[in-house]
Order: sequence, then C-alpha cells, then structure tokens
Amino acid sequence: MLTANSSQTIATDRGAPFVLTASERESIEHAMHHYADPRAATIDALKIVQANHRWVPDGAITAIADVLGVSAADVEGVATFYNRIYRKPVGRHVIAVCDSTSCFLMGFDQLYGALQQKLAISPGQTTPDDRFTLLPIVCLGACDKAPVLMINDTTHFNVTAENIDSLLEQYK
Amino acid sequence: MTSNVNIGLTNVGPETHPLTWRYTKAGKAVVEIKEYEAMEGYAALKKAVTMQPTDIQAQVKAANLRGRGGAGFPTGVKWSLIPMGADAGQKYLVCNADEMEPGTFKDRMLMEELPHQMVESMVLAAYAIGATKGYIFLRGEYVLAGERLNAAIDQAKAAGYIGENILGSGFNFELHVHLGAGRYICGEETALINCLEGRRANPRTKPPFPQQAGAWGRPTIVNNVETLMNVPAILLRGADWFKGLSQGKSTDSGTKMYGISGKAKITGLWELPIGTSCRELLYTLGGGMADGLGLMCWLPGGASTDFLMDEHLDLPMDFDTIAKAGSRMGTALITVIDDKQNILSVVRNLEQFFSRESCGWCTPCRDGLPWTVKLMESIEAGEGQEGDIETLHQLTRFLGPGKTFCAHAPGAMEPLQSALKFFPEEFKKGIVQKGIKA
Ligand SMILES: Cc1cc2nc3c(=O)[nH]c(=O)nc-3n(C[C@H](O)[C@H](O)[C@H](O)COP(=O)(O)O)c2cc1C
Ligand code: SF4
Ligand code: FES
Repeated sequence: MLTANSSQTIATDRGAPFVLTASERESIEHAMHHYADPRAATIDALKIVQANHRWVPDGAITAIADVLGVSAADVEGVATFYNRIYRKPVGRHVIAVCDSTSCFLMGFDQLYGALQQKLAISPGQTTPDDRFTLLPIVCLGACDKAPVLMINDTTHFNVTAENIDSLLEQYK
Repeated sequence: MTSNVNIGLTNVGPETHPLTWRYTKAGKAVVEIKEYEAMEGYAALKKAVTMQPTDIQAQVKAANLRGRGGAGFPTGVKWSLIPMGADAGQKYLVCNADEMEPGTFKDRMLMEELPHQMVESMVLAAYAIGATKGYIFLRGEYVLAGERLNAAIDQAKAAGYIGENILGSGFNFELHVHLGAGRYICGEETALINCLEGRRANPRTKPPFPQQAGAWGRPTIVNNVETLMNVPAILLRGADWFKGLSQGKSTDSGTKMYGISGKAKITGLWELPIGTSCRELLYTLGGGMADGLGLMCWLPGGASTDFLMDEHLDLPMDFDTIAKAGSRMGTALITVIDDKQNILSVVRNLEQFFSRESCGWCTPCRDGLPWTVKLMESIEAGEGQEGDIETLHQLTRFLGPGKTFCAHAPGAMEPLQSALKFFPEEFKKGIVQKGIKA
C-alpha cells in the first residue's frame, strides 16, 4: 500500500509535484459512493483529473490509487486501456475523427487528410501552439450524418474538408 | 442535431410504434416528466408493481422479445435464469448503452429523445428481476444522452419512481449512469462488467454467465437499450399484441429500429415491423441509392456482420432469416456500399477497426487481426503475394467462432469471409502474378 502522502512527493512529467485539489478529492470520493467497491471509481477519478489538467500526469496515478485504496499499477492499467484517457499531454482542443465504415464511405480520407494538412500535424500529434491534438476514434453513433468528428465534448455532423476552416475557428 | 427518424411513415402511434411514437407525436424530444406522463409514461411501471416479478418475466418470455444488442437472445429466457426469492441477495441490472458498432446509431437516438422511457424501462426490468441497483453503462461520447438521462433520473426520483418503496410496493431501486472512456470491446457484456468495476475491459470466461456471477460477483442482467425500451409496452398491451407487431412479416415479435447509413439518398432511422425487407427500407424509405450510384453490397447490421448482395434485398430482416442467408441481422442498421467503392479498401478499413479495438487478451485475435490488416493493405496496393488469399481464408477459420476468448475476432472475420466469397476476383487482382504488379 502506498502511504497517503506519497503522491505529494512524486514529480510530474512537467516537474511540479502532483497534488489532488480538495475538490478533485471530494469529487472522487463522491464517485466512489455509486459502487460496491471504490475501485469502480477509477475511470471517474481519471476523468476528474483530466478535466483539470487535460491529461493524466504520472503523479496523478499514485494520488488516485491512494484515494481509492488500489495499487498504482492497477490505476495505470486502466488509464492505458481506454482511449479517452490521455497519458500524454494534449492540446487545448482534442479533435477525434470517426474513421469507421460509414464515415469511411462518406469521405473520411479527404477530411482526415485536410485536417492534417491544415494543422500540419500527423494523427496523435499536437500543434506547436498547443491548440489542437488530432486523433482517430471509432464510430460516433451518428453514421447517418457522416462524416462525423468530435471536438472536446461536442460532436459535429456532416463535416467535410470544405467546412473545416469555419469549424476550427470556433476553437481558439 | 436531431436524427432523421420515421421520415415518410404515417400513423405512428402507441399501437404500432412502441419505441418511438412519443417522439414522433411530440415532434421533439420528450424530456420533461409531465410530458412523458401525459403520453402513458410510467403507466407500465404502475401496473408492474401490482404484479409478481416472475409474472412479468413470463410475459416478456411469452412476447418472445429477443435481444436488440445484436445476438437476438430471448430476453425472457435470460431473465428466468436469474436467482429469485428472498435469499437471492444483491442483484444488478445493467443497460448496455455503449453503442459503438460501426453503422449503428439507434441507442443514441432512443436515449437522447426519450430519456424517461429509458428510465421507466430500467425500473420496470429491475423490478422484474429483483435488482435493487441499476447502471446505465453509457459511452462517454454520448454527452447529450448523459445529461438528459441524469435529468430524467432526478425527476423520476422526485416523483417517487426511483428510490425507496417505489409507488408503495416495498421495492427499492437506485439508478446510476456510468460513463465509459472509450474502446469498442466494452460493449461485450463481460468486458462491460469489468469496465464497470474499474478494471481493464478484457472479457471474462463464460460460464459463469453474468446471470449467475456478474458485477462484483453478483447475479447481473445485461440488456441493450432498445431491448429494455420495449418492455413497458409489452406490459401495457400484452404479449399477443407484441407478437402481432411484425404483421406476419416474421416469426420474430415486435418492431425493430432499422436504419440506413452510407450511400443511400436518405439516411436515418425508422421503427418498422420486424421482418421488413432491406428493399423496402432502402428503396422505399431511403429513396434508393444516392444519385448516379448502384448498389455493390450492404452490411445488414454493423461492421461485424457478413456482407449481403442484391439477391438478398427481399429477405425479411429478422434474426433467423438473415442468419440463414449466411450473415447476421446484428443491430439491423444497414450500411450501404456503392459500386464505385473498392471492396478491398472497405474490408481493409473494417479490419483496421477490429485490429485497433482488439483488447489483446487472446493470441489469435491480438496477432491475427494486425496480420489480416497487413495482408489487406498489400492486396489493396496490388502487392499481394501468392498464397495471401489462402492465408486470409485460413485466418477466417483461426479467428472464427470458438477459437478466441470472445466474439470480437469472429465478428471481425464476418465481413472478410463474405467479401472473399462474393468478390474473389477483386482479391485475385491484388496479387502479384509472376512478378508483375497488377
Ligand atoms: C465485441 C462486442 C461488442 C459488443 N458491443 C455491444 C454494444 O455496443 N451494445 C450492445 O447492446 N451489445 C453489444 N454486444 C453484445 C453484448 O455482449 C450482449 O450480448 C448484449 O448487450 C446483450 O443484450 P441484449 O440481449 O438485450 O441484446 C457486443 C458484443 C461483442 C462481442
Ligand atoms: S477475441 Fe479479441 S477482443 Fe475478444 S478476448 Fe480475444 S483479444 Fe480480446
Ligand atoms: S461510422 Fe462514423 S459515426 Fe458511425
């Protein structure tokens, strides 16, 4: 078992020690009450941290493990399994482009290509100004309005290479 | 943005469209509890709490409701396998709202537009199986559905439909929306339970089945959104009425959410008698193929179903008929592929999806799917080697049913094996013949 204080001494990738804020800790403890076992709040906890930091720094893994009473290895195992949890820094806005069947049929390749060209990055990368990260994602459940992408928590429908400029302008 | 729902259908009502009539009648989402109550809302729950739980199970069984998550397992049979009685202990009801099957967008619509119908269905099903705690396992990307479900749960609590001693019945029930964090495999019911417990979403061995030992080792029923949302109407109108909804088009019961995506003129969702043919769906409601395009093939219900052709257009879209035709109805939302597509690219795209989404637990799937993608990429580029097609055939067997830990890999093989069957010439064209690139 890790001690309650261990999280405070572990440096993050960015050099500063990681400490959960009081409100993060409170949110995690609240999430635990929904389940028979605190472990079940692991994903909630990772999302709570990610909502404040955009990604999940190393120190947060141990800090979350402490609160939930599970091993840091288990928290890391969960953090690395799910594609919507980021274990590397991402930009201010994450663009997730659906690359599944219906979007593929309706012009995903052109859209993805145009985004890469416009942002001058490859999938998985972040623009140098930290504004956008570009990622692929599975079917977003809006295949009748393909091609589809998400920016942060908002889904955009019928997105084409022609209308990406005005779309990206909404995200500074 | 609202989906295209029931475009072109007339006379949509409770007698014929148990899933969507409220939405179509209101012409918008039914999010307020008062609106929902004014349209028979929570009437089924009020009736249910006067009945014995096992009688509700029997009625769902008699109605022959089959699971709408893709496999078509009879819901009443599943429910009857859960231990009942005073000593059964803690049980759980989990709604599978992790919809990620490529080409599928029905559960999103049902939850966004009819959140109270989802909530009522959960309370009712929980009562029938004696579960005091329920989870809606919602994919994290469905933000609007999450907001509306949580608002509906709050309203239902305030109205006494959730909580302690519901409607004076002595039945207690808590409902929580659990948000996922991605990965297609979470939709597999035992992987979903692992995810709910805060673990990596690797599937579990079966047996034991979740009905015996599911969430936290307790008896658990996992059902799809659409499956559950049929239950209130079955209870209100009876099993015989539900059976009659197919209008003689099928021996299956009820209506089904059918949908179209891909290269049709009109894409969207329709609630139709189960057993409606693809021709009626695509050419009458979907307006046919998009301008200037012909039909090459179609997927009947998601990425993990075998391609079907022109010759299958008139088959009733129900579980048994589509299975007999060599495919699966799956989610029954068809993906329409036009004759200007390269089938090799389409299959490659499908296999890339399955390869990336493999959970990595068992070797045939973890290694076989990336291999499949590599072979498809080289054949697509006209650089396939002699023997590659035979290897693909072999992979469809090595990754087939019973060879892997869960149904993910067999699902991945369905579009591949049917493409090999229907388009052998296209594959041959991608093989380097005597050193000459195609
Ligand atoms: C790889 C894989 C993914 C699945 N994804 C889903 C899904 O997203 N939604 C769903 O309802 N069922 C999904 N299923 C089926 C579930 O395992 C399960 O059969 C279903 O939720 C049972 O509910 P039903 O009987 O009401 O259909 C998936 C199965 C597999 C093998
Ligand atoms: S078949 Fe694939 S998804 Fe299923 S357990 Fe094996 S590796 Fe995981
Ligand atoms: S395939 Fe892109 S939203 Fe479904």
